[in-house]
Amino acid sequence: MEKFTHLTAPAAPLNLANVDTDKIIPARFLKTIKRSGLGKSLFADMRYNADGSENSAFVLNQPKYRQAQILVAGDNFGCGSSREHAPWALLDFGIRCVIAPSFADIFHGNCFKNGILPIVLPADVCEQLMDDAAQGANARLTIDLEKQVVVRPDGEEIHFEVDAFRKHCLLNGLDDIGLTLEHAAAIDAYEAKTPSWKPAINGV
Amino acid sequence: MSRTLFDKIWDAHVVDRLEDGTCVLYIDRHLVHEVTSPQAFEGLRLAGRKVRRVDETIAVVDHNIPTDADRLNGINEPESKLQIETLEANVAAFGVPYFPVSDARQGIVHVIGPEQGISLPGFTIVCGDSHTSTHGALGALAFGIGTSEVEHVLATQTLLQKPAKNMLVRVDGVLPPGCTGKDIVLAIIGKIGTAGGTGHVIEFGGEAIRALDMAGRLTVCNMSIEAGARAGLIAPDETTFEYIKGRPYAPKGEDFEKAVAYWKTLPSDAGAHYDKIVVLDAAGIVPQVTWGTSPEAVIPITGTVPDPAGEPDEARRAQMQQMLRYMDLQAGQKIAGTKVDVVFIGSCTNSRIEDMRAAAAVAKGRHVAPGVRVLVVPGSGLVKAQAEAEGLAKIFTDAGFEWREAGCSMCLGMNPDKLTPGQRCASTSNRNFEGRQGPGGRTHLLSPAMAAAAAVTGVLTDVRELV
Ligand code: SF4
Repeated sequence: MEKFTHLTAPAAPLNLANVDTDKIIPARFLKTIKRSGLGKSLFADMRYNADGSENSAFVLNQPKYRQAQILVAGDNFGCGSSREHAPWALLDFGIRCVIAPSFADIFHGNCFKNGILPIVLPADVCEQLMDDAAQGANARLTIDLEKQVVVRPDGEEIHFEVDAFRKHCLLNGLDDIGLTLEHAAAIDAYEAKTPSWKPAINGV
Repeated sequence: MSRTLFDKIWDAHVVDRLEDGTCVLYIDRHLVHEVTSPQAFEGLRLAGRKVRRVDETIAVVDHNIPTDADRLNGINEPESKLQIETLEANVAAFGVPYFPVSDARQGIVHVIGPEQGISLPGFTIVCGDSHTSTHGALGALAFGIGTSEVEHVLATQTLLQKPAKNMLVRVDGVLPPGCTGKDIVLAIIGKIGTAGGTGHVIEFGGEAIRALDMAGRLTVCNMSIEAGARAGLIAPDETTFEYIKGRPYAPKGEDFEKAVAYWKTLPSDAGAHYDKIVVLDAAGIVPQVTWGTSPEAVIPITGTVPDPAGEPDEARRAQMQQMLRYMDLQAGQKIAGTKVDVVFIGSCTNSRIEDMRAAAAVAKGRHVAPGVRVLVVPGSGLVKAQAEAEGLAKIFTDAGFEWREAGCSMCLGMNPDKLTPGQRCASTSNRNFEGRQGPGGRTHLLSPAMAAAAAVTGVLTDVRELV
């Protein structure tokens, strides 16, 4: 999992409440053998017209937000099914941080597992950030996870809360595998004691 | 302190212990197939990780591939094709050893592991497939894992696990003629139920288990999962060592001697503690056949289909009624004599050379009953070659049975070998769930000899009447 320490990037305003996982990634894109490659289907039903062309009104289709790495959204973001495809799609598009007044539980947890930082801030603060985001690429937001602050374009710092353990995992890029790899020295030591008779599978 | 076989293997693989008792458990062998691995490899790629131990990993295609001779010319079903191509790209990119469909060693993952000497006593063995329990027959701790754990093992060669409880299933006495490992394990599941082993690792022991050859032991451990257990295992002994000796990936020469010396320390100590003990008398076992859509719905071939009216528990009674409806059977009817449409001899439960021999012994000089289709699907390309060399394939084809290429085939409805709605199948596989062998298909689980008996008579038959 990619570390999350510090991010300065354009933020896209998605001023909608209850954006569910089916909006984030419609079910028809789930028959896949991959986690990557879902970015092009992110928000597909809002992002594309029926004929497959881009809907130019949708925020992520506007030139100033194509490189957005932060999403500012409405209440209850990520509700619906538990599909991990939703964070996979956001990540594949390039989104590393979502800011909203509230998130659905499972989606919130799935974000951390996949290297995305979900930030919960009061609705009035989110509205200010939504205004900042509306200014486009000239008004980048900065996220400093170590200090737990969002820095507005005018330099104002807004503090946010995050679970200490999850913060530790994100800062160090630790997913379950990452956590196990904290025992790498023990694994190395274990392997060093492998009995001499144990065959390798090679020469297939 | 006295320890069980399971305790000893567990202790030998603990890399580290977390505060809450979770262990970082080392994995000796990781078997990979096309269905449960794509997102795992994808995860590695996204995280920029590699496979930690390609020399402890082996990949093969089995679930999706067709079993007709034409399959080398390409696969038609697009999703299957994509999964197979994805596996091939992944093993190439990550350097994982792989038996492709064109390789004689290709076969069902749980057949090839033991056959190649890849699965060995005392090892921890995992695969993204629940029937990984099969490999426990060698005296290994073998269990199935999910895709996220597949990725975890690929990346770290370990798993985060908590120990299971110990259960002993002791089968005393001598198995009567006409009965096999399949009949033993079906009888066990009939006795303890599909939740009987929940939370436990089952050690199978006793005189009747010791008397089984490796094929029979693999069949028994294969279905530990149907008994609800996390894994099943059997203490390694001379039968095990003889089986392993000379296999391609087994230790050789002096290394083999060293390994055997270690393996001999593995059997459970006298006085080791089991959380649960079940005892069965092999002498009382009669060839078994399932009548319902759960492996525990099993009766002797001499028996009659149970009557839900006699079941006091309401939920169970309703389940039995549903099973009778689905299977199109009447309470109280004799199970023998039930007409079958299809016979399937294969799957990771019963597709080894010994299974082929047992089926051929019944088929020899006989012919398939009119209107019955019989598929014989060897568990690996090597089993196929050996069966052909021994003349078994000729016996099957002379009898009008189809002799096919290695794979999971009709064990599950994922490849072209499927039942059509309403068809009744005598099957040597391990699951008889609704639709398992194809939508609307009806499955009766039984041994290879019993399957062959059904093939030549066209009805469920007590094989002892034919030998
Ligand atoms: S033969 Fe059947 S049970 Fe065995 S691995 Fe294949 S599909 Fe699974």
